Amino acid sequence: MSLSSQYRLTDPWLLQPLPAWGTLSDDDYAALGFRCGLEIHQQLLTARKLFCRCPAGRYNRDHHDAEILRHMRPTLSEMGEYDGTALMEFKTRKEIVYLLNRETVCTYEMDDAPPFEMDDLALDGSLLMAMLLGCNVVSEVHITRKQYLDGSIPTGFQRTAIVGTDGEVPFGNRSVRIRQISIEEDSCREVSDRGHRRVYRTDRLGMPLIETVTDPDMRTPQEAMAVGQILRFLARSGGMVRTGAGAARQDVNVSVTGGTRIEIKGVPSLREVGRLTHNEALRQRSLLGIRGELARRGVTAESITDRLVDVTPQVRGTACGFIAQAVAQGAVVGACALPGFQGLLDVSTQPRTSFLKEFSDRVRVIACLDELPNLALSTQNVPSLSSAEWERVSKACNVAADVPVIVVWGSRADIETASREIAIRARDATLGVPNETRQALDDGTNGFERILPGADRMYPDTDLPPIPLADARVDAIAARVPLRPWERLERLRALEVGADLSARLSRHRAWDLFAHLEGRLPTDGAFDAAALASLLLDRSCPRPASLSAAGPWWEHTVDALACGRVIPEAVWSGEDEPTARLDDGEARRLFEDALASLPNPLPTAADKRAHAMMGAVMPALRGRVPGSLVRRWIDETLAEVRS
Amino acid sequence: MTADNDDFKGYRSPTLDLLQAQSAPVWSLATLHTTRGDFSGLILPRSVTADADHIVLKLDTGYNIGVRHDKVQRITVHGRKEAKYQIPERAFPHDPKKPRVKLLGTGGTIASRLDYRTGAVIPAFSPGELYGSVPELADVCNMETEKLYGVFSENMGPEEWMGTARAIAAEIEKGVAGIVVGHGTDTMHHTAAALSFMLQDLPVPVVMVGSQRSSDRPSSDAAINLINATRTAATSDIAEVMVCMFGPTSDQYGLLHRGTRVRKMHSSYRSTFRTLSDIPLGRVDLTGVTPYRDDYRRRRSERKVDLKAVFDDRVSLVYYYPAMKPDIIDSLIDNGYKGIIIAGTGLGHVNKPLYPALDRARTAGVHVYMTVQTMWGYVQMYVYETGRELMGLGVIPAANMLPEVAYVKLGWALGQSQDHDEVRRLMLTPVNGEITDREPHDGYLVLQGGSPEVAEFISSHWK
Repeated sequence: MSLSSQYRLTDPWLLQPLPAWGTLSDDDYAALGFRCGLEIHQQLLTARKLFCRCPAGRYNRDHHDAEILRHMRPTLSEMGEYDGTALMEFKTRKEIVYLLNRETVCTYEMDDAPPFEMDDLALDGSLLMAMLLGCNVVSEVHITRKQYLDGSIPTGFQRTAIVGTDGEVPFGNRSVRIRQISIEEDSCREVSDRGHRRVYRTDRLGMPLIETVTDPDMRTPQEAMAVGQILRFLARSGGMVRTGAGAARQDVNVSVTGGTRIEIKGVPSLREVGRLTHNEALRQRSLLGIRGELARRGVTAESITDRLVDVTPQVRGTACGFIAQAVAQGAVVGACALPGFQGLLDVSTQPRTSFLKEFSDRVRVIACLDELPNLALSTQNVPSLSSAEWERVSKACNVAADVPVIVVWGSRADIETASREIAIRARDATLGVPNETRQALDDGTNGFERILPGADRMYPDTDLPPIPLADARVDAIAARVPLRPWERLERLRALEVGADLSARLSRHRAWDLFAHLEGRLPTDGAFDAAALASLLLDRSCPRPASLSAAGPWWEHTVDALACGRVIPEAVWSGEDEPTARLDDGEARRLFEDALASLPNPLPTAADKRAHAMMGAVMPALRGRVPGSLVRRWIDETLAEVRS
Repeated sequence: MTADNDDFKGYRSPTLDLLQAQSAPVWSLATLHTTRGDFSGLILPRSVTADADHIVLKLDTGYNIGVRHDKVQRITVHGRKEAKYQIPERAFPHDPKKPRVKLLGTGGTIASRLDYRTGAVIPAFSPGELYGSVPELADVCNMETEKLYGVFSENMGPEEWMGTARAIAAEIEKGVAGIVVGHGTDTMHHTAAALSFMLQDLPVPVVMVGSQRSSDRPSSDAAINLINATRTAATSDIAEVMVCMFGPTSDQYGLLHRGTRVRKMHSSYRSTFRTLSDIPLGRVDLTGVTPYRDDYRRRRSERKVDLKAVFDDRVSLVYYYPAMKPDIIDSLIDNGYKGIIIAGTGLGHVNKPLYPALDRARTAGVHVYMTVQTMWGYVQMYVYETGRELMGLGVIPAANMLPEVAYVKLGWALGQSQDHDEVRRLMLTPVNGEITDREPHDGYLVLQGGSPEVAEFISSHWK
């Protein structure tokens, strides 16, 4: 359908294809005003959950032995208003079912018992993280309730506490500010969310998490990924977090100039952060473009009505399969007209995603109409109602044929909710980017999850007293803080280890072993810090899983290396007693004996000949003579043969 | 030293000295410069039960932290932001077609609002406040409220029981369709028993209700319990004193327990109230009240109730344990107690060393009754010699009266007479089910987890 001139798009951004991920420069992001912050959640490595004595980290994928049913009811904020999120969750009228397993949850997770005291090991781990990131550590930990009404926590709130604030991490030639470190309990895992019922598995519920929150200091998606890696690495270097699938998750928040700080939840891996934040920046820019078009057309929040027209009679007998089927099952079909939105609902907001999806998402999440497609648009170029049916629908709505009309179908209560949500989303479009929490999707785009909760959702936990942190406890943890990567680099520079080797070792798990051993090296030996670094980074080197697993073997071995009694290659075998180095005379004799046993004739090509000779001599010399010396002897022998 | 005004609310020396010296009263927006870095936020009042060493600061993010006084070098005050807490009120709608229900408050937080800044739970109680937080009540009735007391349930006692009974009788005379009594859950069954004895021949329902999860929590059972109780009071045909609380821990339905057979059985579960040695009166949910039995007292249109608000508190409840010494009983006699309920072992037993003390009690005219600490089942003192010997010492078996109920009933009976035979007649003549003729097989059902058949049941029903 061609649009009349008053509805032609004028913002160039809306007219051209969205720039693909990887095609924008730092300057392009600067022009958009890209800003990104991270919230990294990592499970602490503890034996028990945070507020009860259930075992930590035990998951039963398929088994449960009981279920409970609950609902969440919004509590009024102190201003006498319902929090936006609370109201939304209440509007969804969800039944929440929790699957219980007696091995992994107790009455605490069921919200049928008050909390036990916070796990000390978990608190110590979070304090260590706060210190690693240079935060100011609080002197008394106050447990706070943060409301979540989606049912992901049966109490309706998460117990969480700040342990440190205002840290920073060097990043390139500037630093990224750490707003706060908190310790909190993990939520349930969602099993399904269909219609008015949402099902959660409770095994993960109550696991201790550290949450690290940065300021929005990242200026490109690439920076966000890099900073995420640094934070992840720091946590691992402290040894207090779990690793492996599901042990770390991140939320990102993104804004562009004129946009809104949007939180995207549930980013499964740091690798996804780049594409996801890029796409969110595009979405915000597109929504700002749409706002501009609406303003130019004189469409305002006040001019949008939430009138729902029952068009079931107009579409009865339709050939459109999904609508016909719903009507046959008793669904009511409702229509909402959006005058002034001509040409806007199919504007791209993200790859493969148009503005219409923002409406569909809200209808799905809030009205619980989750069989897709859950709406149809009169002006959309996909098969739905016939043009005659659309004509009747438009007429019933009393609008011209070019006015976009959205139809939804379901129970009367649900389509009434849906029509209100469509009007709310349309009004939001006149304001720009609505304040909401969004969900990361597998294809790098994101979808509506819920309205962003207000600050009023935080309140003190009255079940547990504040926990004072004695100086002795804080000092003991401070003594355990390992060197950060940038401090490791300084140390390696002082030890005159080369830049490449330093860069690798500072982020390698062999660092702890290196740091433990380097003090044993004499200052003037041939086997110096650089030699130790390259030995430990060599793939053939037997590396213990941890420093404690290393035992005294490495200490003896490094002493032997330092005095020249063994050579680095001798270590590769990992034998209890590395083979001692041969003196050069004995080695030369074994070399010549081995050469004498070489078959005749040798390959003619020089490199193949050298290879054959290496193969002949190394069984007798491996680990007993430096490989470089053997190589030199072979080169000399070959040179002699040639001359 | 504690601050004598609200400027430094809850702070004691040494934090009080620091805040005063730095001119940083509560509600100051301030930066605390400390040896562990700077912290900025709003200085909150300190809980009086917390220590005197820390200043509470609310950060912009809504989190609270504590800063120890000796870490603070200096405080910069930027401004002030005082929380002025108000519970929103919306007029409770009046519908002449709906029944009148009176809600009497004794102090439980059946409906409350949270002061998000201080964490204090503020009860919401007026009809307007209740309507603001539980608007569904207006679908059921026209509600009036009256706050009788503001105490935790452990502080409810004979004075409050009698006062509540008198208030209920007065409301019934004014013609209400039903009464709801908001009550803390810990001693709800004591009060339910007291009201059962003090208010006889009730013409309308008297429904006691509370919550196991406070109403400031999204997962609270308070609103559902209140709606269920109000619906029962407004519409139920059961004119008895009842307790209305969650049936299962799932949000499904409430159970209506007879006030003389109900007991709190778990310290924290939502489904903590159970009817013992019998089945409940019925259930209530969004669709209405469904009786489980038909031997209940019916609603009547008259406005009269037989009020017997009396109590003699010189009564004690002794939970027997092996190796109990006679001085426990002796001290009660010496202190002028007139009645003793023993919660004995098994069918109603205590050890031999208590015999002389029990003999002394009889001689002193103390009324001694035996109940069972097993909770379920009857006292039967003929089966074993011990029982017969105890009866010989004047101990009177109290059938299947629950120990707490027997305690309340003995105080109530002694409030009417000190005559041994009259007290015995009052004690052993059931008022409303505190003694039953028979115990049905499903009156005792404590499913044992771990058994395969129970596991099967649990896995196929919402708990």
